[in-house]
Amino acid sequence: MIQVQNLRKEFGAKVAVDNVSFTVEKGEVLGFLGPNGAGKSTSMRMVTGYFRPTSGSIKIGGVDMLENPELAKKSIGYLPENAPLYSDMTVASFLGFCAEVRGITGAAKSKAIDRVLDLCFLHRVRNQSVDTLSKGYRHRTCFAQSIIHDPDILILDEPTDGLDPNQKHEVRQLIKNMGRNKAIIFSTHILEEVDAACSRAMIIDRGKVVADGTPESLRKLVPGCASLDEVFRSLTRSDLEK
Amino acid sequence: MKNSDLANTLAIFKREFLSYFNSPVLYVIVVIYLLASMGFTFFFGRFLDSDNASLTQTFFFWHPWIYIVLAPAVGMRLWSEEHRLGTFELLMTMPLSPWQAIVGKFVAAALVWAIGLALTFSIVITVSWLGNPDPGPMITGYVASYMYALGCLAVTSAASAYTRSQVVCFIVSVALCILLTLIGYPGIVDSVVRTLPGSLEGLVRFVSYLSFMDHFYEMTKGIFVIRDVLYFVSVIVVALIITHLGLRSKRA
Ligand SMILES: Nc1ncnc2c1ncn2[C@@H]1O[C@H](COP(=O)(O)OP(=O)(O)O)[C@@H](O)[C@H]1O
Ligand SMILES: [Mg+2]
Repeated sequence: MIQVQNLRKEFGAKVAVDNVSFTVEKGEVLGFLGPNGAGKSTSMRMVTGYFRPTSGSIKIGGVDMLENPELAKKSIGYLPENAPLYSDMTVASFLGFCAEVRGITGAAKSKAIDRVLDLCFLHRVRNQSVDTLSKGYRHRTCFAQSIIHDPDILILDEPTDGLDPNQKHEVRQLIKNMGRNKAIIFSTHILEEVDAACSRAMIIDRGKVVADGTPESLRKLVPGCASLDEVFRSLTRSDLEK
Repeated sequence: MKNSDLANTLAIFKREFLSYFNSPVLYVIVVIYLLASMGFTFFFGRFLDSDNASLTQTFFFWHPWIYIVLAPAVGMRLWSEEHRLGTFELLMTMPLSPWQAIVGKFVAAALVWAIGLALTFSIVITVSWLGNPDPGPMITGYVASYMYALGCLAVTSAASAYTRSQVVCFIVSVALCILLTLIGYPGIVDSVVRTLPGSLEGLVRFVSYLSFMDHFYEMTKGIFVIRDVLYFVSVIVVALIITHLGLRSKRA
């Protein structure tokens, strides 16, 4: 479903993403792991068509993102980092707008809104202004937006960021369930999430892929390291050491 | 394909248009606009003293100055707010072209001004009641006034594409609108022409020809000039292209 080849992104002299390649098929959940500033968000922004790559190719369900962005974007649902929302709208009107932009109107629109309100436990705040929502609800509202058109591909940038432990658990569960018939990429720097939700994980450090495999195989990757946590720390360097 | 283009533009337009009515800023601006346009007309324009109740000289005379401040106040949220909230990223990953969003948003702001202008109709009724005005200048005056507002709005749209700060956008837009007005202000142009060597007169006249004011005056004189409307249409097109470039640079 997602085929990314030799993706590279430069910001001026700085290389944010360097020669990243991967594919994700239906039924797979790929976790992007990496310290802050590793290039996770930048990679996702290229895959979703927000940033134009410096070089490399992106195919979404066989459609080239650079040649036919409007078609490619149809099959993607995206939750950006920090879950942006229009602050002057209610939850339902925001979701309605997102549905309309995706060509869902009339009765299908109301149905789609109800479906995602259910899935994301948002019924209680349906008519509340986005401005007055707590962080967890804001996050879930933006998450709801990403699945309003029931896309084949889901790209979630730190979907559990800022949620309390119960909400984190719910979102992981949701990702895992949806992963059965979608291709999903999500980023995180919380290692337990990899075990909880991923079928595969990629560790990214300073723009480069340093490891790629099932959570099981990653654990065995570095001799002498027993946990994913240790593997992660031996493969990546924190911001401070740069 | 054509249908979905229109549907996308409409969806953007609808959200943007409704968002104006959720914001107190709009109501404040409309009230200021009405008070200013009426106030200038009656007090500074000696509207009631003028022997022929011609709207051209009095009512429309002050409109450019009102728009210079108020159009940026309405338009400053166009793209700056999207940048600040981060919804720009969301919008640009939806299956629509940037042009659909640019046009949808601009038309929403343009319609807000059309409503503002329509509310000034009471003055037209007063004039009709006091005198027996020629409808020609009235119509062209309204067209000229609206074109001026749209020109300022398009400039604001372009500025807002480059910054996430509404304040920066407002200040830059006001400055640009003042510039585009003053380079064509008859008194200023004449004195510049007098001080500069004669050989430069052609250049000064050309620059002033590019200004909003030049074309505004032509139209308020009551001669319906397609050329001047076309001028404002091209200003809008150029400003929206600059908006497009600004948005693209944010995604580079
Ligand atoms: N728009 C941008 N302009 C310049 N540099 C950027 C931009 N976006 C990200 N970067 C840089 O690219 C690197 C990767 O950032 P990012 O992808 O956000 O990391 P992550 O999401 O893994 O924390 C960082 O060093 C960041 O400073
Ligand atoms: Mg990030």
